[in-house]
Amino acid sequence: MSDDTQSGAYTFAYLDEQTKRMIRRAILKALAIPGYQVPFASREMPMPYGWGTGGVQVTAACLTPEDRLKVIDQGADDTTNAVSIRRFFQRTAGVATTEATMDATIIQTRHRIPETPLTEGQILVYQVPIPEPLRFLEPRETETRKMHELEEYGLMHVKLYEDIARHGQIATSYAYPVKVEGHYVMDPSPIPKFDNPKLSGNPATQLFGAGREQRIYALPPWTDVVSLDFDDHPFETSKAPHDCDLCGAKDSYLDEVITDDEGGRMFVCSDTDFCAGRRAEGHEGRLGGDQKSSKTFANSFEGIWPATAGAR
Amino acid sequence: MTIMDRIATTHEPLLRVDGLTKHYGPRIGCADVSFDLYPGEVLGIVGESGSGKSTLLSCLAGHQHTDTGRIAYDGRDVLAMSETERRRLGRTDWAYVHQNPRDGLRMGVSAGGNVGERLMAVGARHYGDIRSKAADWLGRVEIASDRIDDRPSAFSGGMQQRLQIARNLVTSPRLVFMDEPTGGLDVSVQARLLDLLRGLVRDLGLSVVIVTHDLAVVRLLAHRLMVMKAGKVVEQGLTDQVLDDPQHAYTQLLVSSILQV
Repeated sequence: MSDDTQSGAYTFAYLDEQTKRMIRRAILKALAIPGYQVPFASREMPMPYGWGTGGVQVTAACLTPEDRLKVIDQGADDTTNAVSIRRFFQRTAGVATTEATMDATIIQTRHRIPETPLTEGQILVYQVPIPEPLRFLEPRETETRKMHELEEYGLMHVKLYEDIARHGQIATSYAYPVKVEGHYVMDPSPIPKFDNPKLSGNPATQLFGAGREQRIYALPPWTDVVSLDFDDHPFETSKAPHDCDLCGAKDSYLDEVITDDEGGRMFVCSDTDFCAGRRAEGHEGRLGGDQKSSKTFANSFEGIWPATAGAR
Repeated sequence: MTIMDRIATTHEPLLRVDGLTKHYGPRIGCADVSFDLYPGEVLGIVGESGSGKSTLLSCLAGHQHTDTGRIAYDGRDVLAMSETERRRLGRTDWAYVHQNPRDGLRMGVSAGGNVGERLMAVGARHYGDIRSKAADWLGRVEIASDRIDDRPSAFSGGMQQRLQIARNLVTSPRLVFMDEPTGGLDVSVQARLLDLLRGLVRDLGLSVVIVTHDLAVVRLLAHRLMVMKAGKVVEQGLTDQVLDDPQHAYTQLLVSSILQV
């Protein structure tokens, strides 16, 4: 598939065919061993590390000319990271893009899983800053590999123990560690723990790419994923205790938006497609009558909020 | 049946070492070391720096590869075990107390988390149980219960060493390796630590291999003594016998080198 795209300068989806072949092999291995971090020869991409170079390479290796791509950053289709990656693939692969979760065949995401349930055949690609869940507990890579090999995951619970000892509850609210199919403990990338239950038994294929750390791991469809916890402190999801101010959704993950310098604030769905869809269906939140959409809010904050894909 | 009764009825050695040899390239680490360690027994290993006592200990504990020889623990061949089994043994039946508590503790994790780690490593998943067990063990090593959420970096050297001991003993191991557990502590803290160790060893019926260059430590703790020089065992026997009536020239030198105050 070496047809030039309309720009005439790039191979389809930017990466050369041998590189895509190498990445596909890594992806196949990752799918065969759910949760296992497969090393791959990550390439320099025309964007900085931390902006989703791993996810972009995985997406590039999965794309076909017939695919419809959706890119989200913190749930939104229109933040800097999402816009630049979408444009990147429009230019280098010429594929169709969409903002509708249901219409997309490949969704590249940073920090969220879409609210709309995914379906069989869809691929969700995560951008991962640090793939090793044990990294901040055990700095030696040789040792963490051994721990994965021998399933020595007591240390992961030490982290949760420390949370409870210090805060009275498991305070880890994102990148919450999970156990995949009873073996590998996996970092689900910095998604809020609100999204953790969606990892398990998901009909879509979930691929995780870490560019700087050169690792790919995966959850095949319908994989069993369990969030780690204690018997007397079970795993709980968390979200802001509000309804969406635009669409009135009670069960979606919310962003807090400061609206003025007098303490005014509103809570809106972080998933812009989900919110817009509900508003189109006639749902209305506390400030929903306002002509503003979450999109205009997000736009008005570009340049103020660092929309990078940095680790934390 | 008390622990001492149980020990008295056991006639099989817990640890049997036969011809253990370790080379570092052309140099000898330790050569042809053999001994039996019975349940409830404390074996002291003394010798000057570079005599191979730490090499021997790390070979025994599986931290280093052993060149030749046999190690049998409870009838099982340790060197033939898979790494999974050996590491499982290392966090259940065995314990290793490092000379420097910083090597044996997680300095960024609270005291309670340090003690609880071994429990969680063997599958404890109830926070309340883990915490009460940790508090119990901190009490046993004389660390105030209100320090349970402090990090070891806020502890004194003696407290860190006691915390390391608590962390190791929480899963009730049967065999403890100690590498100079009193090194780097001042004499009064040393005395209290030795007192504590002696009590724990007696109460729990532990078998201990303790490496030290401090003859006072082995005099207090060890039942039997092994003297090493240049990687070889030059003399072994009951502690009092070896220290009061040394036969080998090096042991005589060692015993006579103690400063009298």
